[in-house]
Amino acid sequence: MSKSLLNPEFLVERDEDRCIKCQVCVRQCAFDCHSYDGDDDEVQSDSTSCAGCHRCASLCPTDAINVRRTPLEFRQNANWTADVQKAIYKQAETGGVMLTGMGSDRPYPIYWDHLVLNASQVTNPSIDPLREPMELRTYLGRKPEALKLNGNGRDVKLETQLKPQLKLEIPIMFSAMSYGSISYNACMSLARAARQIGTFWNTGEGGLHKDFYEFGPYTIVQCASGRFGVTSEYLHQGAAIEIKIGQGAKPGIGGHLPGEKVDEAISQTRMIPVGTDALSPAPHHDIYSIEDLRQLIYALKEATNYTKPVFVKIAAVHNVAAIASGIVRAGADVVCIDGIRGGTGAAPSIIRDNVGIPIELAIAAVDQRLREEGIRHEASLVAAGGFRNSADVAKAIALGADAVYIATSALVAMGCHVCQKCYTGRCNWGIATQDPYLVKRLNPDIGARRLSNLLRAWALEIKEILGGMGVNAIESLRGNRLHLRAVGLADTDMEILGVLPAGRAQ
Amino acid sequence: MIQKSGQRAIPLELREHIPSGCAVSGIMSESGQRFGGRMVADSIATMRFRANGLGGGFAGYGIYPQNRDHYALHLMYDNDSSKETTERLLGKTFRIWREEPIPTAHVQFIKNRPILWRYFVTPKDETKERYYDMTDDDIAIMTVMDINRSIEGAFVASSGKNMGVFKGVGYPEDIAAFYKIDEYQAHIWTSHGRFPTNTPGWWGGAHPFGLLNWTIVHNGEISSYGINRRYLEGFGYYCMLQTDTEAITYLFDLLVRRHRLPLDIACTALAAPFWSDIDRMPQGRKELLETIRITYGPALVNGPFSIIVGHSRGMIGLNDRVKLRPMVAARKGDLVFIASEEAAIRAVCPDPESVWPAEAGKPVVGQLRQDVSV
Repeated sequence: MSKSLLNPEFLVERDEDRCIKCQVCVRQCAFDCHSYDGDDDEVQSDSTSCAGCHRCASLCPTDAINVRRTPLEFRQNANWTADVQKAIYKQAETGGVMLTGMGSDRPYPIYWDHLVLNASQVTNPSIDPLREPMELRTYLGRKPEALKLNGNGRDVKLETQLKPQLKLEIPIMFSAMSYGSISYNACMSLARAARQIGTFWNTGEGGLHKDFYEFGPYTIVQCASGRFGVTSEYLHQGAAIEIKIGQGAKPGIGGHLPGEKVDEAISQTRMIPVGTDALSPAPHHDIYSIEDLRQLIYALKEATNYTKPVFVKIAAVHNVAAIASGIVRAGADVVCIDGIRGGTGAAPSIIRDNVGIPIELAIAAVDQRLREEGIRHEASLVAAGGFRNSADVAKAIALGADAVYIATSALVAMGCHVCQKCYTGRCNWGIATQDPYLVKRLNPDIGARRLSNLLRAWALEIKEILGGMGVNAIESLRGNRLHLRAVGLADTDMEILGVLPAGRAQ
Repeated sequence: MIQKSGQRAIPLELREHIPSGCAVSGIMSESGQRFGGRMVADSIATMRFRANGLGGGFAGYGIYPQNRDHYALHLMYDNDSSKETTERLLGKTFRIWREEPIPTAHVQFIKNRPILWRYFVTPKDETKERYYDMTDDDIAIMTVMDINRSIEGAFVASSGKNMGVFKGVGYPEDIAAFYKIDEYQAHIWTSHGRFPTNTPGWWGGAHPFGLLNWTIVHNGEISSYGINRRYLEGFGYYCMLQTDTEAITYLFDLLVRRHRLPLDIACTALAAPFWSDIDRMPQGRKELLETIRITYGPALVNGPFSIIVGHSRGMIGLNDRVKLRPMVAARKGDLVFIASEEAAIRAVCPDPESVWPAEAGKPVVGQLRQDVSV
């Protein structure tokens, strides 16, 4: 085979004065970038295979390694950029669909960065969350439009019985990531953190390993198009069931877990033979219209005796508001919307980078549509896809989300450096891999602690944001778009988001 | 639909409220004895410093006994054409039993008065036939919303039975003189002195806010207004008056009249106890309050407020959940007093039998004795 026209993406530099030839880098790199030549007693690096994950640089005891973008410059061209040319070289060499991992790296507008939050000055006092209660507790599930009560005074009794609700101590959950796409230790870290904080993690379509049954009350079990690992026992283990219709990183596309990642434990959990590919079809083969979805929703409710809320997750696409309305009317208790910046373990990059709409616009459109139809109370709304910090979360809630799902931020908390190589199964951080040698790098105790720390930190920040606005409960921010103003957005954007431009009070 | 002048550029969805400071005072007789408006006017006048002359107003209950079964609509008009348009609409929907200008006096400090008119009405039979699925109250509300939303220069100040709201731009004592409120006899009076912080005074924007028999006087700013308003729109209430007080009025109407919740439960939804308190309650109570909060989260009124809610059989003082605005209550004999400051009570009742500060989130209730009919 002739030499590839693809140049290395990164240049790995080693400071020979600093290097003590301990070979940590050699052992750490699953992409075989570093090697040791015993004859010359020399550590060498081959930049061609570097993923840019910083594992070697992070662990090098003498900070001898530096990773830079390759200095090789392409001739400047606004249309035929280096990325465009490289993609063509790659496809010309392989004839295949280009795969990638994580959320889109294309520079779509991040509307969060064009929305600013409000605070109290003089006419109403801000509230200090260090001195006063500040409430983030959130309930997900179908709410009644009105309560019916019997009796009077202290003897008043509830006639209305609430449908099943999920209680979240903070309005942030871990989004679906399957055991298979991520490691056992990564799943364990997520599950433990969810329990510690009082929120939920999500199995994705990977089934639920029996070791994780103890986290059932903090687990959302997913039922996706491949039905991997879905049994009656599985459904009963979870606190809620999520029907996955779509994913923001790959709307309209199914899933593929390569056979190499299907070891004994994953085979047991997914109920497929060891070493076979786990292919999730693009559509559910029993859902070809909204009434079919209704059947699945109610089949799952029947199977669990109406004790668990049923979520339906879709990718944010052009007609998302009408679709969400149909989902609510089909009986879903929670609608999850995943935006174009949402992550993935593996997706064709052309899909990831070109299909779907930003979550900000989707959440605003869906919330408004459900209100106009008078059915907003019938389901909770969960936003997903690229939440980077607590301000993003607060803004999503102000637009109308009840809670958000985070996944990439959670992975980053566990060490991920967003190198986008999850689909290779060679994650040097022990997250998106099944190689036992790599998996053990992620200590679930440490992973769980880092995840809880992240959620706790974001919760504290959201409390500061709320207190500054002069409210002390998250429900007073939810859907309260008057606490948002737009900076540098077009009129149409503001109209869809339902926000005023900064500088306009009324 | 015609848009209101001065609001044209901004869609309904994005219109904002006007935060305010203010003073409130309410006095009622639990035995249903009616008394003139002088006492409440003297009480609110004590707190002149809390107002800035950009709004004052009064609500009296029991003032129209001769028309007790008719909706008493108090209208404010900018000009004759808004009056004509409104009267065409009223004439189509209602039988008008009586109509007249609202009596006023010449007061030096009250300027730019609108045309003030009152109508005593009930829905026509053909209206009821057309809207057979609606109650009379629903029809009245629909008409009020219609006028406030779509008739330029016309506003409904109150729409209840045997009650009325008298308000405008000025200090409350001047408004009292302007409307000659001492000539009305009521068993409940509430009043308001306004300190709006970012708007020129506007007659429609003064307090009390009225809808059917509900009135609200409000000291505070509702930081949850954005979601309260969107929640109300889902039930057909449109906040048109650019103030958060309006939203509280509609919330009471929704929860108490339409959802039939007891008043104290409605107060629990609007100024909910903290989760940490609910978690420690005995099981039945805990489940009740948890369910109320889960169901009525968007109705939680958040931010600093003290309000007096008037209705035909009583008044309720309510503070926000951490008591960021003042409120004091007192009793003497069958009289109940609620005011922003104790001084405003002692000014008209120097020797109350009991005086106490209202607790955060806990309603102070004054209500007519059960045997009293009004």
